[in-house]
Amino acid sequence: MNLMKLVEYFRTQVRQDPEVPSAVAAIRTLLEFLKRDQTGETILGLRENLTQTIRRLEEADSSVAVSSGGELFLRFISLTSLEHPDLSQCKKVMVERGELFLKKISLSRSKVAKLCHTFIKDGAKILTHSSSRVVLKVLESAAADKKRFTVYVTESQPDSAGRQMADKLQNLNIPVTVVLDAAVGYIMEKVDLVIVGAEGVVESGGIINKIGTYQLAVCSKAHNKPFYVVAESFKFVRLYPLNQQDVPERFKYKADTLKAVEDLAEEHPMIDYTPPSLITLLFTDLGVLTPSAVSDELIKLYL
Amino acid sequence: MADCGEPDGPGNKDDITRSKNEGKELSKEEKQRLRKQKKQQKKQKERKNEKSETEKEKTPVSLLPPPRPVATQKAPSALPAPASAPIPVPASAPFHSSPAPSPADKPAKSKAELKAERRARQETDRAAKQPGSSSSGIKTKVPLSELNPVVKRLPEHVQVDDPAVVKRLAKKLERQQIPLRSDYGYKVSLFSHLHQYSRKAPLTQQLSIPSTVIHPSIVRLGLQYSQGIVAGSNARSVALLHAFKQVIRDYTTPPNEELSRDLVNKLKPYISFLNQCRPLSASMGNAIKYIKKEISNIPSQCKEEEAKTKLLTCIDRYIEEKIVLAAKAISKYAIEKISDGDVILVYGCSSLVNNILCEAFEKSRKFRVIVVDSRPRLEGREALRRLVQRGISCTYVLISALSYILPEVSKVFLGAHALLANGYVMSRVGTSQIALVARTFNVPVLVCCETYKFCEKVQTDSFVSNELDDPDDLMVTRKGKTQLENWQDVSSLGLLNLVYDVTPPDFVDLVITDLGMIPCTSVPVVLRVKNLDQ
Repeated sequence: MNLMKLVEYFRTQVRQDPEVPSAVAAIRTLLEFLKRDQTGETILGLRENLTQTIRRLEEADSSVAVSSGGELFLRFISLTSLEHPDLSQCKKVMVERGELFLKKISLSRSKVAKLCHTFIKDGAKILTHSSSRVVLKVLESAAADKKRFTVYVTESQPDSAGRQMADKLQNLNIPVTVVLDAAVGYIMEKVDLVIVGAEGVVESGGIINKIGTYQLAVCSKAHNKPFYVVAESFKFVRLYPLNQQDVPERFKYKADTLKAVEDLAEEHPMIDYTPPSLITLLFTDLGVLTPSAVSDELIKLYL
Repeated sequence: MADCGEPDGPGNKDDITRSKNEGKELSKEEKQRLRKQKKQQKKQKERKNEKSETEKEKTPVSLLPPPRPVATQKAPSALPAPASAPIPVPASAPFHSSPAPSPADKPAKSKAELKAERRARQETDRAAKQPGSSSSGIKTKVPLSELNPVVKRLPEHVQVDDPAVVKRLAKKLERQQIPLRSDYGYKVSLFSHLHQYSRKAPLTQQLSIPSTVIHPSIVRLGLQYSQGIVAGSNARSVALLHAFKQVIRDYTTPPNEELSRDLVNKLKPYISFLNQCRPLSASMGNAIKYIKKEISNIPSQCKEEEAKTKLLTCIDRYIEEKIVLAAKAISKYAIEKISDGDVILVYGCSSLVNNILCEAFEKSRKFRVIVVDSRPRLEGREALRRLVQRGISCTYVLISALSYILPEVSKVFLGAHALLANGYVMSRVGTSQIALVARTFNVPVLVCCETYKFCEKVQTDSFVSNELDDPDDLMVTRKGKTQLENWQDVSSLGLLNLVYDVTPPDFVDLVITDLGMIPCTSVPVVLRVKNLDQ
């Protein structure tokens, strides 16, 4: 199966449905690959092909979510390989399981929203960072619950994603203000809580998210405001960064930048790492977790 | 702490539980205890009868059941009152019989008077219970099956200031024919509940050679431990397992005995002996638990030679899996965390950390090491020697220069003696200091520890359970003068030579184990997973 075609398939998925999380698109692509793959003779060969595909997809879209989704998918179907000796039967079971997995995780965003919106009280002032579809869903369900609240969104340079978020929120009739990234400290005393999404949740319980999240977390800790993270469970990734430098390079920059630019020291990273000590709670489809419980869940997912 | 009314308090439960396991020997003591208790109950009742005659109060009956049985029990100590609060309630049922005899004792009084007396007694009991709620515990009259299995007794090695416990320990050692090692020198009052031995008086001097009770390889091991020849938790565990292998090789089952039971009983005096030479470490404890389990799982129809070879292979496999291969797995994960240009700080001599650094150097990572050392053990010199031999560029400082050197450091690698169930790290004294200062400088602290060192203990400070080393080690001779030579003569001077301390999990960023990289708070998860495996 041609890897180029796969990447095309992935890109069309993302283009067709902008709401779909990139990890889900990646998993759909992998499932497609599994269905169309004729060359694999052994389970090991199949695994190798899948790993190669995942790597290729990571090159196309360097976000952490693709990596974590891919690895989870691999683990999920690997657990079947021990049960059936016949390869074609095994493949059939894998595809079935893959579809099941896909169905489960497409519901995860609404599960998260259901858990989180009760934490938004009437009259609350919420600060959020950049554009996150999960946070949007949470705010949407809170608004549907007839709660009155105002939202401050950071502009989030260099791509001004915050403005898109503000537009979407305005369409939902939620009062929203866009603030500069530099004004986070200024606005912190006015807000009641901070909600951000995550591109990846790491083993320590910290998160990897758009650059500027770490600042937001430090400020909210200094002002003693709760810092909530909303993330689906397929974003849990087996990384353990110790500090900002320790995050692997392939996640820090956009995929095109990685390929085009020679000296990455000139480029500005797109993500940063927020340590677990600054996070109050994580809302996932597995439940409401404290940062130290994330490791527990990861062990359950991966082992 | 053990402050109960009677000095024999903590002995109660131990005797009872032991009488469950061991033979008739202790039932005499148990009977003595019951007799004493009955006497005391009688005394208490007489006292209360006197009181109630002067004050005739009416107290509501509903308040009676909970306080009554607690007050009439003896007060064994060292148990948290809230944990045992549920115990008196089910135990109250058999006790409602006890008020019955007292009215019967005095048939002369009228029923109303007796009722009033009883109520007054209960009122005073309840009043007595509230302020002094150290009275808790389990009445020995309660059938043994009702004893709360969750309540644990304090280990003997942290109750050295309690003469009853020491007496019991002496009796136990006498039974096992092992000499008791006496404490040495003045102990600092905060640590007076721990043993403190002198290295100049090894236990082996008190043994008759050849010793009939203790295997010679165990005697040799004990001497190596007490003189500090074998030190470091991995080294001690491996030495222990090798000595046990020799014991198993030389073992023959006596007639009419089963190997699975007799061998375990043979090991008990050896373990007491080693404990006397130097307190057992957590890793040794886990290894011993494993061996005992393996031995008791030997099927009875197994022939002796077969059983012995099976045990020997089990031990070899344990060493191979839990120590050697674990070290390889930990190195693999740790090397991912070492990047080029790193300045790594290590403390003391941890075999695991040295292994990791040597492996990383072989994989051509460019880094340099700062070795921090401290008196009196000066173990850092050994680590320095090993690293420099491999060609790693090292710097050597004493722990007092820590905050001077830390701005240069990019990572701190620490070894651990044990990882406790609440996420605290027990390690060589000075480790928590390093973790604390590193945290203030925002330097990541990584602890490397194999999973066999994880233990179910919980500790939040370094006082409750620790090890006191020979205080004479703190004396140092410089230019022919030994400063603290006559420290024993100064009555107000105490020398403290602690061996371990505990580091809270907030100071540790990452724990690298053979199962992977986990945050310090996930240690109970690993313990749970391990227990499921077993």
